[in-house]
Amino acid sequence: MSDTTTATAASVAPASTETVLSVENLKMHFPVKGSGVIRRTVGHVKAVDGVSFEVAKGTALGLVGESGCGKSTTGRMVTRLYKPTEGKINFEGIDIAGYSGRQLHPMRREIQMIFQDPSTSLNPRHTVGSIIGAPLRIHNMVPKNKVLSRVQELLEVVGLNPEHYNRYPHEFSGGQRQRIGIARALTLQPKLLVADEPVSALDVSIQAQVINLLQDLQKEFDISFLFIAHDLAIVRHFCPEVAVMYLGKIVEIGDRESIYERAHHPYTQALLSAVPDVKQAAVGGRRERIRLEGDVPSPINPPSGCHFRTRCAIAKDICSVVEPPLLQIGKKHKVACHFPGEIHQHPEKPITAPLLGVDEFGAPDPGASPAEVPGDGPGYADTWYDLANNSRGRA
Amino acid sequence: MTDLSKTPETTLAKDGAFLSVRDLKVHFSTSDGIVKATDGLSFDLERGKTLGIVGESGSGKSVSSSAIMGLHRGTNAILSGEIMLDGVDLLKVSNEDMRKRRGRDVAMIFQDPLSAMHPYYSVGNQIMEAYQVHNDVTKREARKRAIEMLDRVGIPQPDRRVDDYPHQFSGGMRQRAMIAMGLINNPSLLIADEPTTALDVTVQAQILDLLQDLQRDFDAAVIIITHDLGVVAEMADDVLVMYAGRAVEYGPCKEILTNPEMPYTWGLLSSVPDLTASTEAKLIPIRGNPPSLLNPPPGCAFEPRCDHVAKVGGDLCRTVLPELTPAKSGGNHIRRCHIKNADEVYEAEILPEIAPDLVED
Repeated sequence: MSDTTTATAASVAPASTETVLSVENLKMHFPVKGSGVIRRTVGHVKAVDGVSFEVAKGTALGLVGESGCGKSTTGRMVTRLYKPTEGKINFEGIDIAGYSGRQLHPMRREIQMIFQDPSTSLNPRHTVGSIIGAPLRIHNMVPKNKVLSRVQELLEVVGLNPEHYNRYPHEFSGGQRQRIGIARALTLQPKLLVADEPVSALDVSIQAQVINLLQDLQKEFDISFLFIAHDLAIVRHFCPEVAVMYLGKIVEIGDRESIYERAHHPYTQALLSAVPDVKQAAVGGRRERIRLEGDVPSPINPPSGCHFRTRCAIAKDICSVVEPPLLQIGKKHKVACHFPGEIHQHPEKPITAPLLGVDEFGAPDPGASPAEVPGDGPGYADTWYDLANNSRGRA
Repeated sequence: MTDLSKTPETTLAKDGAFLSVRDLKVHFSTSDGIVKATDGLSFDLERGKTLGIVGESGSGKSVSSSAIMGLHRGTNAILSGEIMLDGVDLLKVSNEDMRKRRGRDVAMIFQDPLSAMHPYYSVGNQIMEAYQVHNDVTKREARKRAIEMLDRVGIPQPDRRVDDYPHQFSGGMRQRAMIAMGLINNPSLLIADEPTTALDVTVQAQILDLLQDLQRDFDAAVIIITHDLGVVAEMADDVLVMYAGRAVEYGPCKEILTNPEMPYTWGLLSSVPDLTASTEAKLIPIRGNPPSLLNPPPGCAFEPRCDHVAKVGGDLCRTVLPELTPAKSGGNHIRRCHIKNADEVYEAEILPEIAPDLVED
């Protein structure tokens, strides 16, 4: 039995690639206040409800999902714009989840963020020079008289004219503004960049420019990315590893090939089939797709058991009773489903039932002995559940 | 299928085209000069067919469709040309007449339903208003019709949701309500301006399905404005690619997306990643930015960003605006480019970059 899945092991274990960020069981519950004078807390929006993942040095993890699934909240917790309700954020082995503002000050240099809409995330009354120079001044990185030359250097790195440091954000086009946002994020030479929908506000031709720029910067400065986007094609292009979120939980996580070629979760399959494809023009008509009915349920009162069951085509009794664990089913592939399988090949019986010690309808089974579920942790274990033989597999 | 292999002027008297736009120009007079937002646009559309208009922001897609809706009346826009809808020139009818047609003959769905709907009135109220303006009905009948339409576009419990306000709807439901509002008078022409851009992929798929179903039921002509080539590929019969206020390529969807003959269309195709392409390859963006419409380049508007200028030779691209000429692949495919052998260039240089797996066939 492998125990490399525990958090301490993950950060200490001499992995082939160094882990920069390891997030464990992260939760963010926003209180919902009632009306009236006292404004009691009447419930919680479970925006993020226990996610675990790892980001290795110099690579990118993509977070995808519909709006409201908690991907942006996750990003904001990693940058510590929000204080998590529960869980650990291990950045280079140090848990920053509970850090105070003062403790965080030096960490801010290492983790920076790129925002979605550059026209609202740049102060319209500051010049570009003062926007990009602000982090340098705040952190006393360079002497005052060197700030300008560093700003110009950064403008050049992101492909803007260094002479334009005295202009205001409105004098730039959308793509150029996003470059300013990227330059600001790069100022302190961070190790981790959280990019929250960095290209979705841009035109297609400009999107490609910005994506290429991010890739060049990643190679040059060895930056790790937490890349949040809803465009599956862009995420596939940018991120070697992808996590799919639904209603505050990760439902499937794995390397690019596992997610895009061999998705095992019905939600991932539906998402992928919904993407319109240019190549369809040669065939004509619409692509066959898995239709998801309705909208994402409210995170205040999520469905019992598996959160996705209300819109799932293959949901059975067990799904409403027991929540499926995130089960590792491949070397770098985890899925949270009772019936994981490729499209039209989902198993008849819940493969997770014996592991959880329940029968196939979700009722506790006194005869079964619950086993440790492989894959319950931020990283990937050396052993996993082999779907083909219903047994534990190994690399 | 409309025949556009001839020059636009000769197709003027074409029968059958339900909507026919000829040499449409929309110019705005500003203190800096005249902005030529749309500069000589021509296309045809039949009932039951879908036209996809593609291009970057500022290429004149929305301005042209607003002109069809008559939304530039009362502004300082200078319009010329012809917009024939079912034999009537919409640019010549009186304001009062246009007001009666708007919503009944031509309807529009906007990109962001949260800003396109009034936050102070219930969804049902706004849908009823659209019906009552054009039909002499009682409030009760209008309400019944509104509930019917909400049901038709797939809003659960329409009799209860009809009294909700826009903020109580989710994004996808708001867009459905917008569609219900647009279709309540059975318009023969529906203009959808980026109908799914603000939505998630799964909801986008639902809305596109709905639009197609409704188009079939109402036999409406649809113009879908988008920057997503994937949406165009699945929805449109014809495609019009716009750049700097002009059509640069126009023809059947399959032709445009499989045999494009204009460098701008190539650029659009190669700058979007798809779900099957190699991830090793870099995206090939279109360099630079769209030109200012205040003083567009004298020749081809795309020349400053084009990588293929050398194939033409001389100053032709910089000085002379290319005409819309029939493409090599024939049919109704026309394009605006000086490159003579654009089809060969595409096969030899562009296709290997964007779809290496297709080159062998």
